[in-house]
Amino acid sequence: MSMKISTRQVDGVTILDLGGRITLGEGSVQLRDSVRDLLAKGQKKILLNLGDVNYIDSSGIGELVSAYTTVRNQGGELKLLNLTRKVHDLLQITKLYTVFDVKDDEASAIASYAHA
Amino acid sequence: MTGQQASRITYTLDSSLDSVNKVEQTAEQMARKAGVDEDDIFRISMAVREAAVNAVLHGNAYDPDKRMTASFENTGADLVIRITDEGKGLDPATLPDPLAPENLLRGSGRGIFLIRSFMDEVHFRQLHPGTELTLIKHLGAAPTGA
Repeated sequence: MSMKISTRQVDGVTILDLGGRITLGEGSVQLRDSVRDLLAKGQKKILLNLGDVNYIDSSGIGELVSAYTTVRNQGGELKLLNLTRKVHDLLQITKLYTVFDVKDDEASAIASYAHA
Repeated sequence: MTGQQASRITYTLDSSLDSVNKVEQTAEQMARKAGVDEDDIFRISMAVREAAVNAVLHGNAYDPDKRMTASFENTGADLVIRITDEGKGLDPATLPDPLAPENLLRGSGRGIFLIRSFMDEVHFRQLHPGTELTLIKHLGAAPTGA
């Protein structure tokens, strides 16, 4: 039921591979803590791979938004990769699809980050 | 505590996330049994989850002395789900529009919007104290555009 997170680095971008549910009391706190830990370590290019996220509620959506604004406020970039249809639809109806930078190919997503 | 008559089931539950999950799962089972398609099963169970989160978190504020009730009824024409809490009450007219540009980047405030997006009818009733949300999905209705 809960969310799984694994982290990897590709060309200076930290990819969080998320799976399961991002909901109140399940994935939301894990996601918040993971992003906060990355920022504390100075890793500000973050790509959330949501390909295996099969469920997200309003709390999870809120956590994605909070992660996005937190990273942006610290001068970083947070992008989304591989949205499932359900998550895509939810971001559409909440008008967040155009707020996030959404990618569907990992290599081009990595290449899209600004390289200092 | 559980009571059952015909196709109506009512649960009285404590104010916990376990209760939220139970209510969500019951809604999913009810929708599946009613033969609605997978997209609507997702929409109904998510709307009911959001209503339960609202009751437990915003209504009862996880107070161990307050209860949430959830009733599920298939009338043949509709799926009717009622969620009540014992909180301060909720006036939906006071909720900010989550689609307004100034609210778009808020980290919360989308639950009621999603409930309204996913169900055919949503009714609020003040219980003094508490709120009752009635969520209705018409069976056989055209899929909602989500």
